[in-house]
Amino acid sequence: MSMASDSVKRVGQEPTTIWNRFSIRTKRVIWAWTFLALPILFYGGIRFYPTFQAFWLSLTDWDLLRPAKFVGLANYQSMLSDPVFWRVFQNTFAYLIIGTPLSLLISFVIAYYLDRVRFMHGFIRALYFLPFLTTAAAMGWVWRWFYQPVPIGVLNGFLSVLGMPQQTFLRSPDTALVSILMPAIWAGLGFQVIIFIAGLRAIPSTFYEAARIDGLGDWAIFRKITLPLLKPTTIFLVVFSSIGFLRIFDQVYNMTTNDPGGPLNSTKPLVLMIYQTAFSSYKMGYAAAQTVVLFTILLVVSLMQLWVMRKR
Amino acid sequence: MSTMDVELPANRMRIRPGQILTWTLLLLGGLVMITPLLYMFATSLKTSGQIYDLKLIPAAPTLDNYISVLSDGRFMRWFVNSTLIASIVTVSNVFFDSMVGYTLAKFEFRGRYFIFLAILSTLMIPTEMLVIPWYLMSSQLHWIDTYWGIMFPGMMTAFGTFLMKQFFETVPDDFLEAARVDGMNEFTIWWKIAMPLVTPAISALAIFTFLGNWTAFFWPLIVTTSRELYTLPVGLSSFSVEQSIQWEKIMTGAALATIPTLIVFLVLQRFIVRGVMLAGLKG
Repeated sequence: MSMASDSVKRVGQEPTTIWNRFSIRTKRVIWAWTFLALPILFYGGIRFYPTFQAFWLSLTDWDLLRPAKFVGLANYQSMLSDPVFWRVFQNTFAYLIIGTPLSLLISFVIAYYLDRVRFMHGFIRALYFLPFLTTAAAMGWVWRWFYQPVPIGVLNGFLSVLGMPQQTFLRSPDTALVSILMPAIWAGLGFQVIIFIAGLRAIPSTFYEAARIDGLGDWAIFRKITLPLLKPTTIFLVVFSSIGFLRIFDQVYNMTTNDPGGPLNSTKPLVLMIYQTAFSSYKMGYAAAQTVVLFTILLVVSLMQLWVMRKR
Repeated sequence: MSTMDVELPANRMRIRPGQILTWTLLLLGGLVMITPLLYMFATSLKTSGQIYDLKLIPAAPTLDNYISVLSDGRFMRWFVNSTLIASIVTVSNVFFDSMVGYTLAKFEFRGRYFIFLAILSTLMIPTEMLVIPWYLMSSQLHWIDTYWGIMFPGMMTAFGTFLMKQFFETVPDDFLEAARVDGMNEFTIWWKIAMPLVTPAISALAIFTFLGNWTAFFWPLIVTTSRELYTLPVGLSSFSVEQSIQWEKIMTGAALATIPTLIVFLVLQRFIVRGVMLAGLKG
């Protein structure tokens, strides 16, 4: 009460203050823009301006030393005629085309059965989720150690105990990409399992009850109810993991530190090529053109998601 | 509902052999998943002579590796760097993402929808595209090799803003109106009234931001050049001479980088799992 009367008195004493002449509505609008002032500067200066700058730099020959000079589409042309770029392009899609379906299939099977388990559910779920919390820089070392030849490597050690042939893993261009992909799938699996479980739980149990009353079998229920109703979750995970595999970098860099992307560029993804072009060769303009290509690919994937979601 | 309640215990009583098989397979799969972690911890407790014996339980566990890695000043420094950076970025995100999310959810003004769309659209821009301009900006403003240089790109995120907006929309207007009648200013209303009502969302955002920055690799790798400024992941990847490598020391470093996230997970498991589900369903 006293506060209200105080403010009334103050308004009465100082009718000329600009702030007090504003209506309540105007005051709230001013507050809103005050709250937004710093964030607008941030998003403008650290998100939007750099985006346009990246497009601009992709049309220049900037190399950190001399000032940037406009060269038109020269960077894009040299990219198209660069055999390494095509190798990298192929590798990036290999990560995507093997990684996304495989990881989704495994995580779905785990989620589908884990959802029905009551006994020690939280503990088993935690086992699958823990690798998601690790950092690729630490785990890269663990996997490199696993992949070493005998007597160091754990996997080859087990193979020799079982009397099976030794594997080259990271040392051969034929097996290196898959050897890097497996830890990447391993690290992301727990996240996908949890999202799938959340999606399965979101299906109302009345649907299942109705299906049982109608006399549908397990397989029919799975095909006619579980799969269709899980579609939004599945689309989200397809897009999320596709974007993840298209942007793969940490695992590759940390498992091939001596010769990043090697052997013979056989594991190099687009982001690693961008990193080396920009920060080892200092061809900033060329690297910017590569980031524009990455941006375009990711945009197409996101737009495809919106399109698929709309059709439903 | 009532039929469910009756049915569930009956179902639980009847355990079929198929269920036991499923459970066993799931458990085995889970144990395979954590095998790399178990080997990492086992090796960190072994002496250099024992590391090739493939045993998961060391014959004579020793903490010598931990003592020697931690007494090497570099590692401690990286650990402190990572903790400091992840903490500051988390505080900044909780503050700014909530403030923007609240403003977009609870204020009415012209341009609100435009601002919302503009922030949301930044989700489409991959970090990789921004690092070259950021690097240019950092070298012009002398931010290379500084804490601020590592932190500035992540001080606010569109994801966090979106998450907080969703939650502030569930806060009833009456609460805020009552505070306004009491003469509180808008900042106090947000901070003292609205924020405590969305603590689950704040904790989810804080956990994600911290873990994300603790494991962040790409930008810290680019913006740091001196060893003193490395974060833990960048420092770990700098041990790159594989031939003469001391695997037990490397595994100790990897274990030390993993232990904090494991502790965070064990303490906050319920929040994390719920947060992941929440973020996945809203996202």
